[in-house]
Amino acid sequence: MLQTNLTHLTSEEKFNQTLKENENVMVCCGRMGPMCIPVYEAMEELEPTYKNVKFADMEFDSPTGNLIRSLPETKNFNGLPFTVYFKNGKVVKATSSIQSMDQITNILDSNFTK
Amino acid sequence: MNENHYDVIVIGAGPAGLTAGIYLARGKMKTLILNEGTVGGQMVLTHEIANYPGIEKISGFQLSRTMRNQATAFGAVIKSNIKISKLSLNGEIKSVEINNKETFTAGVVIFATGGKSRNLSIPGEDEFKGKGISYCATCDGDFFQDKNIIVVGGGNSALEEAVSLTKYAKSVTIVHQFDHFQAFDHAIEEAKNNPKISMMMESKLAEFIGTEKLEKVKIQNQSSNEIVEKPIDGVFILIGYEPNTEKLKGIIALNARNEIVTNDKMETNISGVYAAGDSTAKQFRQITTAVADGTIAALSAIEYLNAQKIKDAA
Ligand SMILES: Cc1cc2nc3c(=O)[nH]c(=O)nc-3n(C[C@H](O)[C@H](O)[C@H](O)COP(=O)(O)OP(=O)(O)OC[C@H]3O[C@@H](n4cnc5c(N)ncnc54)[C@H](O)[C@@H]3O)c2cc1C
Repeated sequence: MLQTNLTHLTSEEKFNQTLKENENVMVCCGRMGPMCIPVYEAMEELEPTYKNVKFADMEFDSPTGNLIRSLPETKNFNGLPFTVYFKNGKVVKATSSIQSMDQITNILDSNFTK
Repeated sequence: MNENHYDVIVIGAGPAGLTAGIYLARGKMKTLILNEGTVGGQMVLTHEIANYPGIEKISGFQLSRTMRNQATAFGAVIKSNIKISKLSLNGEIKSVEINNKETFTAGVVIFATGGKSRNLSIPGEDEFKGKGISYCATCDGDFFQDKNIIVVGGGNSALEEAVSLTKYAKSVTIVHQFDHFQAFDHAIEEAKNNPKISMMMESKLAEFIGTEKLEKVKIQNQSSNEIVEKPIDGVFILIGYEPNTEKLKGIIALNARNEIVTNDKMETNISGVYAAGDSTAKQFRQITTAVADGTIAALSAIEYLNAQKIKDAA
């Protein structure tokens, strides 16, 4: 399990349930590596402010990680982490590699109304 | 005093800033640590640290978490992912504004802003980040199994990572702007002897090209100015680090390399302003040297504040 304080999506069932129960979901699929940790930390810090968004992580190398790895939106990605934003279960944005706090908040603000 | 007033504000939460925070808070100083990026700084970029005395092996992330916990356990307040919007350092009370809205004051400010990896700043770099362009070989190497890749750089990390990337890649081309490397002899030898590695010296990347992902690069020869296009699957940019001191230009004394100039107490040219770690002018940049600087800056700051108190009471 990833060492973060985010919701861990450890099974397909939990992933589907999270998408079903939450209108806006941000999933960061990575490892405990240098490019991923800053994204998890930004998500942890945004969580109290963005009550309208569910922030979750997923282990890249786990079988569940395949749910993100196999999305058409991530097919050209080759930099960890793969971060995917879902609205009503549909992908609205996906990014590859490290993202800054500003980049993340811009995506949240432009895709998820508060 | 208002709740936004601190004894010391530390700017930067890498090993230097966190160590300063530990010493200050343990010394009963009301301490605020402000950090623009991720707590831990460059330590977080390190998968395994094997040269921090007293700990055989630890991940950079774990060492960061431990230092952070130590600092907060002693009472330091840490605010990360903030932006410094204004600095006022002259006079006895210094002030630091963050995110264009909140202002904190303190008797002492310690800069521990470290360094960041250099970008090439050429067309296509932002567009293909994570879609062919990487800054971390350990993170993304395995995406390039049997692919042709370029490593840009000529220092120790570029050469060492080029060798380690040959575990995955079909071929690795090192592109370096000078006619010689700035690396240890053994690192140069190892790269030169690796059959998967070729080298393009005196050459610079000029542009990244692709549609949905990186497909080719333009490379310019530095002496002939000739530009060639090279089809490529991935590019790893490992061209070193620069100090995070842009916001300090014209505010405190920097040297020609934009590093903060300090004395042996880690004092800058401004009274009550100290600096520590990789952002300062020094020869060796390691976690051990950063924590040593952080310790000295914190203890000097305590001494300074105590002297100010005596002066004010007199
Ligand atoms: C890939 C890699 C591997 C390494 N491996 C090792 C190793 O094995 N052993 C070792 O001893 N050393 C290693 N180092 C070097 C070591 O990590 C650094 O020397 C050390 O982290 C420097 O500490 P610092 O606190 O001065 O700066 P940093 O670690 O750079 O931290 C500075 C902090 O300040 C923040 N900051 C920057 N600008 C501002 C601003 N304007 N306002 C607020 N905050 C700001 C940054 O976001 C960062 O969090 C490695 C470095 C790298 C890049």
